[in-house]
Amino acid sequence: MSVTQDRIVQDEHKRAVARAKSKKLLNTILIYAFLVLVLVFAVFPFLWTLAISFTDKSATGGVSIYDFPGSLMPRQITIANFIEVFTQLKIAQPFWNSVVISLFTVVGTLIVSALAAYPLARMDFPGRNILFGAIIATLVLPTETAFIVNTMTLKNLANLPVIGGNNCFAPSSVAPYVCQGLGTYWSVVLPTIATGFGIFLLRQSYLSIPQALLEAARIDGATETQILWRIMIPLSMPAMTALGIFTLVNTWNAYVWPKIALLGAQNLEPMSIAVLKLKGQYNFDPFNIAAGAVIMMVPILIVFLSAQKLFLRGLDGAVK
Amino acid sequence: MQNKTRTALIAYAFLAPALILLAVFTFYPVIYGSYLGFTEYKAAQFAAGEAPRFIGVQNFIALFQDELFLKGLWNSIKYIAIVPALQIAALAIAVAVNRKLPFMAFFRAAYYVPVITSIATAAVMWDWIFQKEGTLNWVLQGLHIINSNSAFGWLNNEHTAIWALMLVTFWRGFGYYMVLYMGGLQAVPEEVEEAAYLDGATPFQTFWLVIVPMMRPTLLLCSLLSTFAAIRVLDEVVALTPGGGPLNSTYTALMYVYQKAFDGFNFDYGMASAAGLIIAVIGIGLSIVQFRLNREGEERA
Repeated sequence: MSVTQDRIVQDEHKRAVARAKSKKLLNTILIYAFLVLVLVFAVFPFLWTLAISFTDKSATGGVSIYDFPGSLMPRQITIANFIEVFTQLKIAQPFWNSVVISLFTVVGTLIVSALAAYPLARMDFPGRNILFGAIIATLVLPTETAFIVNTMTLKNLANLPVIGGNNCFAPSSVAPYVCQGLGTYWSVVLPTIATGFGIFLLRQSYLSIPQALLEAARIDGATETQILWRIMIPLSMPAMTALGIFTLVNTWNAYVWPKIALLGAQNLEPMSIAVLKLKGQYNFDPFNIAAGAVIMMVPILIVFLSAQKLFLRGLDGAVK
Repeated sequence: MQNKTRTALIAYAFLAPALILLAVFTFYPVIYGSYLGFTEYKAAQFAAGEAPRFIGVQNFIALFQDELFLKGLWNSIKYIAIVPALQIAALAIAVAVNRKLPFMAFFRAAYYVPVITSIATAAVMWDWIFQKEGTLNWVLQGLHIINSNSAFGWLNNEHTAIWALMLVTFWRGFGYYMVLYMGGLQAVPEEVEEAAYLDGATPFQTFWLVIVPMMRPTLLLCSLLSTFAAIRVLDEVVALTPGGGPLNSTYTALMYVYQKAFDGFNFDYGMASAAGLIIAVIGIGLSIVQFRLNREGEERA
């Protein structure tokens, strides 16, 4: 009697374990199903655009991007669309503009932030806390009207001989105010290089460098510039890289501000504006636009994939 | 003593580039821009070197009589509907990818790719998806939700255009908030979860009664960030519906600022600044409300 009872209990236990196991398995399957669904949502636009950009539009005659599921799987692959974008739609100039603007912005942001972060982290001087507070305050300032005043400031700066150089086309009676800003790359770059975010991120990183190292350098007679250049910057390379990548992604992708700042200086416009202009054209060719969109996406994708961990950690550090 | 002065001088020299740039391009525009809201100032006056003319609250009165601005304001408020959807989805996805299972790093990276996509690229892709013959309608027809006769262009319909833009905002945003929530989740100690499990809580109860309350700071931060982003939305609107959509159905408040200041032939800096100021005040007001609600919630908990 008791043996059978025992067995019943044992069986029940086994069944409970099996039930828990299968429930866990079911849970895992459900999680993956959910994640795959989200994955499709996240990457589908890219895959479709990629497929369109490589489709040989001359092969089948009158192919439409809207032939589903045909357009999702091109039968004839070609790079002709990419070549066409460069030769006919002249994407090379906007691409170069994007490169220059991004380079100026990244280098400028790193220099300005590193210089400002050092005294805020490791020097004792009157007004330090007030200045740090003011810099942090820029993170929450309501800047809805900043782009209006900034264009006016930039236009005034064009009169300064040092910065100068306004190569916008001459205003006419039809469009008397065509040129916003300086009409140079600096119109886009200057207002964006000093950020509370960049200074804060590097300051946090400088704070973690041991004080003994700084004291030793000072006893050896190192100047503050040398300490910054030889100790602080090399030791905070992860933070510098994260800030650099973050700035690069933002600048490369920026649309509204460059559009405002370069109004009237069309020859300096970056890729983001050029790609959208293609889309707005009356007789647009979707295959070429797709190629343009892919060209714009690839550099950022490479940067992101190669520095993914650093990039996400940089973001994390910025929020804490 | 002399040494101290020297240090201070060096410190200020190092800080100078950042301080000058911030003063010129951040502090000054916020202050001067707020003042411009109370003036009459058109591009012609600026070009002639004239000073703005103070006119008190006239711009604000005019704005609240301008149907286009009111419509923009209403659309901006409508846009806040994205916040709960975005936050719930991002939190759910963060919980799912936070497990120690194979391929999670891959999913996380893939979900983040839309975040680093420029609005230009996103606009090109989504424009095709939303077309009458586009993939969205194709999928909906495949699922028998709509039939081929009732297919329509999502951005060309005054009732759906703004929701289509929100979908793009959702797509570009959920990976960002997912990463923030993952940071918050990693701060929840594993023992707490285990203790709840041993006490017989179901996974759902554990999540709702244990994890969510501990995530309160992250939840507040993320919902604040996305509320601000919603009330200030501009990229999606300008890129996908340059004119403000059918019957101005996607025309948002910040787009009004943008158009008044830089579209047409007589840029109106005064009106644009006044409209910007209204958006800023609404943004600040919303953040105060959210802080209050959060504190009350904390007191009750």
